[in-house]
Amino acid sequence: MTDTQWIGNVLMAARPQAMAALLRHFRDLETAEEAFQEASLRALRAWPKNGPPRDAAAWLIMVGRNAAIDAIRRQSRTTPLPPEDLISDTGDAESEQAERYDASHYRDDILRLLFVCCHPELPATQQIALALRIVSGLSVAQIARAFLVSEAAMEQRITRAKRRIAAASVPFETPGAVERSERLAAVAGVIYLLFNEGYTSSVAEDRAPAALCEEAIRLARLVLGLFPAEPEIMGLAALMMLQHARAPARFDAEGRVVLLEAQDRARWSKPLIAEGLALVEKAMRHRRPGAYQVQAAIAAEHARAADAAATDWSMIERLYGVLEHMQPSPVVTLNRAVAVSKARGAAEALDMIAPLAKSLDGYFYFHGARGAFLMELGRADDARHAFDRAIALANTPAEAAYIRERLDAISQPAGRRV
Amino acid sequence: MQYTILCYHDEKVVCAWSKAEDDAVMARLHQVHEKLAANGKLGPVVRLLPTTTATTLRKDREPPLVIDGPFAETKEQLLGFYVVNCETLEEATDIARELGRANPGGCYEIRPIALFMDAGAAK
Repeated sequence: MTDTQWIGNVLMAARPQAMAALLRHFRDLETAEEAFQEASLRALRAWPKNGPPRDAAAWLIMVGRNAAIDAIRRQSRTTPLPPEDLISDTGDAESEQAERYDASHYRDDILRLLFVCCHPELPATQQIALALRIVSGLSVAQIARAFLVSEAAMEQRITRAKRRIAAASVPFETPGAVERSERLAAVAGVIYLLFNEGYTSSVAEDRAPAALCEEAIRLARLVLGLFPAEPEIMGLAALMMLQHARAPARFDAEGRVVLLEAQDRARWSKPLIAEGLALVEKAMRHRRPGAYQVQAAIAAEHARAADAAATDWSMIERLYGVLEHMQPSPVVTLNRAVAVSKARGAAEALDMIAPLAKSLDGYFYFHGARGAFLMELGRADDARHAFDRAIALANTPAEAAYIRERLDAISQPAGRRV
Repeated sequence: MQYTILCYHDEKVVCAWSKAEDDAVMARLHQVHEKLAANGKLGPVVRLLPTTTATTLRKDREPPLVIDGPFAETKEQLLGFYVVNCETLEEATDIARELGRANPGGCYEIRPIALFMDAGAAK
């Protein structure tokens, strides 16, 4: 690895903690970001000669803090200087003290930093973009590529989000237990949103959206490290790992979608599955079930099955039943119906989704699943009609291509289904 | 004498490696592994999952308490270990040096083994 590469990795790993402490210190996102930027530049100059410091985050916090205070001092030559105790010169005793202070606060610091990016006043797209820029440190160009939008549009989105944050009130006092768990839930929600953004848009030719999934997993590991005994955070991390483990098998060489049942399971990522399964098991021990844990348990069932035929569909159906109870939604019912169709046949599944026709009429997967049920029941004309609707609603070319294949299969003689 | 070479590294840094970077490190390490194995020096090699998957059994009370997370919060975590067969500490240190060249950052702790039991069940 070159100097720039390993320093880049160390900076990336230390970034959340350093940014979080700088934000607490300056109480302003912009200043904190500039301070971190300046500290990173100095690291690139100093570390190749001296080697990395023992504690990279503490180094970046101290250097960033001093650099920003210098900058503020230069800018405000006409106004009185800040009190002397703010202009620390990295005296040893003082830096040690600062380090201890930062260490004891870093958990709430990082949670606050994440929470600021997940501010409820921001629309979801801005929350994700801001978290990627501020916490993960991705460049605007990288984020734009991942979202498949222009760099200028992304720049604008992030600027707008920062302006809103600056205007909104950000709580800097140490949160109480209830507030902490509320923040944690909000942060978990945005991390999962980020993951889904990458998961649903990823296409085989383009690695950029998949990077969003990896970033979401990295953030979940970070939060899990801070709150190691939160079963829902274990569930969230496990859910994303188990789903992302299938990424190498989700598309074929031509970029077409490969359904779960047809995927080459040898291509699934074994380390991610092992980590995900370990976390599901740990979470269950707490006996405090939650929606992420149940979804992770469903993903775990698929991960454990040696092949599609070995899938325990009745267990999956039961788990979707639990999820339906926790989070009633037509989409969850639709998923349970798919499990029912595998466990007990398409007729029962078709009856189950009939009441959903109105609420899910604009949903690609509804018509895709309905078409598949109808096809299984030999109702070719009805199936064709449902698949036509699905194609019209497809979100990606890969989705449309998959349904078109299904349509082709209808016109072929029976027994030659693709 | 059998030694373990315990691999410590900042987990956050290792988790920040891209898959390509991780693969490259593993490929370089495998070259060292193969050489060691060919010389009959290499015993079991273990890479551990992240400490977020760890569970700790605390025995300072009765019954012992099972808690989430690793035994200690440290800047560098135990991420894996080797068992090697060496004549001298010098030789084990040389092996650690060679592994270190293939694997950026972190540190190795070389510890002689007191008891090595291989019941053969784990694979």
